[in-house]
Amino acid sequence: MDSEDDFMSAVSSEDDILPDDSDNDDMSGGEDDFDFDDEPDPDLGIQKDAPPKKVAYDISFKVYQPSDIQKQQDDLINEVNMILDISKEEAAILLRYFRWNKERLIEDYMDKPLKVLEAAGLFQAAAGPPKLEIIPGFVCDICCEEEEGLQSFSIKCGHRYCVDCYRHYLSQKIQEEGEAARIQCPADGCNLIIDARSLDILVTPELTERYHQLLNRTYVEDKDTLKWCPAPDCQNAVECGVKKKDLDKVVPTVSCLCSHRFCFGCILNDHQPAPCELVKRWLKKCADDSETANWISANTKECPKCNSTIEKNGGCNHMTCRKCKHEFCWMCMGLWSEHGTSWYSCNRFEEKSGLDARDAQAKSRVSLERYLHYYNRYANHEQSARLDKDIYHKTEKKMVQLQKESGMSWIEVQYLNSASQALQTCRQTLMWTYAFAFYLARNNQTEIFEENQKDLEMAVEGLSGMFEQPVVELAKSNLKVEIMDKTAYCNKRRVILLEDTAHNLAEGRWIFNVELTGVMPSGGPSSNSNSNSRR
Amino acid sequence: MASQKRMARELAQCTATPPDGMTVALANDSDIHNWHITLDGPAGTAYAGGKFGIILRLPDDYPFKPPVVTFATRIYHPNVTNDNAGSICLGMLKPDAWKPATKLFAVLAAVRQLLEEPQPDDPLETRIADEYRQDRKEFEKNARAYVLRYAKGPVKFDAAPAAGAGGGKESSGASGGASGSS
Repeated sequence: MDSEDDFMSAVSSEDDILPDDSDNDDMSGGEDDFDFDDEPDPDLGIQKDAPPKKVAYDISFKVYQPSDIQKQQDDLINEVNMILDISKEEAAILLRYFRWNKERLIEDYMDKPLKVLEAAGLFQAAAGPPKLEIIPGFVCDICCEEEEGLQSFSIKCGHRYCVDCYRHYLSQKIQEEGEAARIQCPADGCNLIIDARSLDILVTPELTERYHQLLNRTYVEDKDTLKWCPAPDCQNAVECGVKKKDLDKVVPTVSCLCSHRFCFGCILNDHQPAPCELVKRWLKKCADDSETANWISANTKECPKCNSTIEKNGGCNHMTCRKCKHEFCWMCMGLWSEHGTSWYSCNRFEEKSGLDARDAQAKSRVSLERYLHYYNRYANHEQSARLDKDIYHKTEKKMVQLQKESGMSWIEVQYLNSASQALQTCRQTLMWTYAFAFYLARNNQTEIFEENQKDLEMAVEGLSGMFEQPVVELAKSNLKVEIMDKTAYCNKRRVILLEDTAHNLAEGRWIFNVELTGVMPSGGPSSNSNSNSRR
Repeated sequence: MASQKRMARELAQCTATPPDGMTVALANDSDIHNWHITLDGPAGTAYAGGKFGIILRLPDDYPFKPPVVTFATRIYHPNVTNDNAGSICLGMLKPDAWKPATKLFAVLAAVRQLLEEPQPDDPLETRIADEYRQDRKEFEKNARAYVLRYAKGPVKFDAAPAAGAGGGKESSGASGGASGSS
């Protein structure tokens, strides 16, 4: 991968969403403008020893457009074509066979060329450009046509079929089976692969296009460092060097040219600061538990003795646990035997057994409440982020309106756009901070994290509030300055938070209440019952 | 359609010189897509002495799509489903492995070969495959019992469901014709 420097590519990423503090109309300024020194902050001490101007949570990546991907393949093919002195078609087939590992291909080929050629479905035979031929007395072995002047074709193996059959065969492979890189000769038992040049003279242009699309796809899918942008209708691919085993150390967030931001590790939307594994668990837990947990919290209590969850569906306060047969009072959770004869009214709040039971009850509720605490905040930011998207569309209208009403120029109203973008990005981050925090053990770092989270959240809510002012208000210059300041502040708080979390993650300093790698126990780390209270 | 010519040729070839122990005929003279084959259990195997009905259906897209081959007669075999469908697992018939130049003669020969040499490593019936590997005597006993129970007497093709639109009802008559031609 040394020949791609001159490609069109978007080097590194966070630029577009981290405008520096005062300079809102410059969206491409990026990290070079970001001046950490203009607000002395103790939290930033850590990152001073990091490589200069490289934020810890930022990872390098490149975005490739379809033409770049094509060019990369062509370059590799040309290189192999020159080094090994084989045709480009053969080079392409060999490269695909070796999953585009050029070094291994060259090494193996130098070692035993015949074996490699055979394994990849190529074998040496007299070369020559592929062409259609009319051969007297030819009978197509597929359709049994034998009329005069029948055009026929064969690749190097010499298995010759009429052009109609060949076309039919190829179009079926390409269109119905989505096969491209490994279409074999139609002959029984012949594993010679049909190369791109032969294909080009045989099939219609639409099919050629599809064929090359499929070939490009295998190029990206074969390489671990390349992934398709998951945004709908986006044809770009992103290259990033982060390996799967590093995912407990970094959250490799990348941003496509189409402006979609996603995690290179798991292809989900940007989920900084939470690492992929936590995200996976959290999403599973939410899918499994959130509604159930809400209902349980509202409608049930646990048996004071065996902690079974009990729903009271009618009847008196005299409960008998179906599981352990413990008898207790639903109201005070105390022993029923101590209730004496005051059957239907429980006013025995001070009794010790009741107190203890309520205590235990409260403890076992804590984990549930804890989960709901984080879940509700997570869900709230998720929803707000959605609402902010609506606001974003309204913003565009607002900006037009502003230009008309206040006589401001286009560039002068861009601060609203910046504000809206900042809101969305920050909310996305905030949302995941709650999932992240759910899995954090309590310690000093967690407290710093929560401080950062609180600061960001307050800043975001503040900005969100300003943003919803009527247009007349927005036009006033003091509010404009305020919004610009707040936008910058939000972005800055987000950077600080992500810096801190990413740095600790890279150093392995976070302590989670679940194992970050390895298999997840069934039902999640703390489903319903209480990882917390057991600790 | 070009494929008509191919199918007609293949039918002519297979009826004139079928693979060993097989007779080939159409289920219905007007439908070249539906073949009925009778197979004598190969000598020296547990299937010897049995007569097996095999249905071969050619898709509209034949020869670009593989034929569908099923056993109409119940058979105790690791690679044939132990039910009325009688589906066969044959590598060459998988859609992505099928080559349009492959001839039906080769397909039929492969089916016959499967009776001579079951492929327990690629089974449809894992239990029978295990038995085949671990207790060959028991397997052969069971296979023979199936032959006695299902594969004696005139071959019936109507046991298999979904014999295609071309009228599977007349199958017994067609199979009679087939045995006469060999």
